[in-house]
Amino acid sequence: MKNEAFKDRPLCLSGKGVTKVFGYGNKANTAVDHVDFEFHEGELVSIVGESGSGKTTLSKMLLGLLSVTEGEIFFQGKPRDISNRKKKKEYWQGIQAIFQDPFSSFNVFNKIDTVLLDCINMRGGKHLPKEKKIEMMTEACSFVNLKFAELTNKYPFELSGGQMQRLMIARIFLLKPKILLADEPTSMIDACSRATILDMLLQLRDEIGMTIIFITHDIGLAYYISDSVYIMEHGKFVESGSADDVILNPKAAYTKRLISDVPKIHEPWDLSTVG
Amino acid sequence: MKNTLRQIFHSPKFMTGFVIFVVILLTLFFYPLFNPGNPLEMIGVGTFAKPGTYVSLYDALNTSRETLRLSDADDNRLAKQLKAEDRVAMLEWFNAMGIAVDFDISDTDALLKLWDDNYDPATKPKGMTMAKRNYYKRLNNALLQLKAADEIVLADVNAETKALEETGKVNKTDYVNVGQVANVKLLPLGTDNFGRDVLKELVSATGTSIIIGLIAGAVATIIGLTFGLLAGYLGGIADDLIMFITNVFTVIPGFVLLILISYSIGQDQRGASVVALVIGLTSWTWTARSVRSQVISLRNRDHVNLSKLSGHSLFRIIMTDILPYIASYVVMAFILQVSSGILSEAQLSLLGLGPKTTEVPTLGLMMNWAMLYSAHTNGSWWAYFPVILTITLISFSLNLMNTGLDQVFNPTLRD
Repeated sequence: MKNEAFKDRPLCLSGKGVTKVFGYGNKANTAVDHVDFEFHEGELVSIVGESGSGKTTLSKMLLGLLSVTEGEIFFQGKPRDISNRKKKKEYWQGIQAIFQDPFSSFNVFNKIDTVLLDCINMRGGKHLPKEKKIEMMTEACSFVNLKFAELTNKYPFELSGGQMQRLMIARIFLLKPKILLADEPTSMIDACSRATILDMLLQLRDEIGMTIIFITHDIGLAYYISDSVYIMEHGKFVESGSADDVILNPKAAYTKRLISDVPKIHEPWDLSTVG
Repeated sequence: MKNTLRQIFHSPKFMTGFVIFVVILLTLFFYPLFNPGNPLEMIGVGTFAKPGTYVSLYDALNTSRETLRLSDADDNRLAKQLKAEDRVAMLEWFNAMGIAVDFDISDTDALLKLWDDNYDPATKPKGMTMAKRNYYKRLNNALLQLKAADEIVLADVNAETKALEETGKVNKTDYVNVGQVANVKLLPLGTDNFGRDVLKELVSATGTSIIIGLIAGAVATIIGLTFGLLAGYLGGIADDLIMFITNVFTVIPGFVLLILISYSIGQDQRGASVVALVIGLTSWTWTARSVRSQVISLRNRDHVNLSKLSGHSLFRIIMTDILPYIASYVVMAFILQVSSGILSEAQLSLLGLGPKTTEVPTLGLMMNWAMLYSAHTNGSWWAYFPVILTITLISFSLNLMNTGLDQVFNPTLRD
């Protein structure tokens, strides 16, 4: 089941029997149902599933934005403790996220400088001289091919979707977290920008050696970038393992269906298999 | 932001309301500059002097006179003296005597001619009481006197002889120039039951009422906003607790609560600001409810999540990531709260539970005084109608502004 290539690396994030139930009584809705996972340092893991399979709920639990109904999440081998704000802040220095919709990810009332300065402050750079801060922000922007001089005093909504998502990566570049949770970061972006953004993510991973948890509905994309793949259906992991194992030798029927749904160029797309 | 402002000031509804409100505010500011003085000064001794220009009789007598021979002066004098009820009574007399009246009774000439030709104090129309016949005699005498009098003799007591001595005469043809009379007082809205200038009082009262509305609106909005933000953002037990308090306040009719609190405070403690505070403390519930529902829809947005991941405090997230997004809504709620605060003050004061009556006039107090002194039954419309009109205009303009803002911020509502 596990990706053998990473088994010797230390555990970065893992979970046992993680469950999320919304509502209670008759209306109880189990979004994530007793899932176990082990993400190692430097691994790029994809969690693949269709809409409503519980991917985003799981990601919010991993980020500590949603409480866990049952089960436990381990951060760097130890049970995760986010019981108060100080501990949460510490945890969030280790795990950060990129969200799906760049247009709603930024507060439209804050300037771009504020967004980037927040990251410097969070890394303890609050008392650095102004020049140093500007230098850091310029470096982060140039990493994602943006010019800080042009962005300063601008608002996020003045940028294009691709630029915003790149700004998001600049944020990660400044924060240098242990784990990056990317929740469909490219699904709202055109194909050209998508390649650039994926490229930047991979480059960033190599540079600071972080674990990337990539959440997507696109199994083709997952195969292209991932080391390991977890397939999620109705709140459960139906299959997991190295990308090659899962995609090339799918065992679960759901995985097979997901793979058959990927359209292939040069071949007529058989719509009868869809859905 | 600039674009939104331009849209707001291009909305006809908002602009109409805004212009009305600004005109009211400018009047409040400029009128006291041209007409200074205490608005509660009792200038009249009697109650309910009619609107109009008042000329000092004493000063008029001491002003140099011109003689003007106007042909219709007598007729005008008679017409002004002959009251509407006298004319109706004369018509009744003619009817009782079986005399046909084929003209309008407002035609004084024809009426008096017919009266002179036909009235005889000795006749006893059938079924007419003695009292009624005496009334007609008095009326006839008054008319005769009016026509007979030629001049008014002015007399003064001689200091030495203690006897009245004639000092001058006022002829029917004597006129004075109003501009030269030393004391002329314009009372555009007359005086109220205490003999106070209604217009001056109204301007002062409008100012006080708007301030009461603003304080009440601010208190209600701040409480409602705080509760709504906390309940919506925190959720869970905090939400349940706050919504429980809100529901308790919602279930008890606000106005009853207002009456009870106002009554228990007592007349002496009830200044304008206390009344404003009480109104604010009882009207925050729907702001809390609607802010809560807005916050619930905002709190799971990605920009809030991002702010949390950046380690921002609860206070900072609410102030920078939630509040700006609902600011337009809060402004609209505030405008409505101001409007309803002014109306609540008027209602309370009308019941006699408003601010104490000796310090400042408010719109509600003016209505209360007019009602206590039966202005509505004795025809003194100027004591209450301008007040009603002002209240209506204020709440109309505020509601219009609110609708205009609503249409700009919620384009789907646009018709």
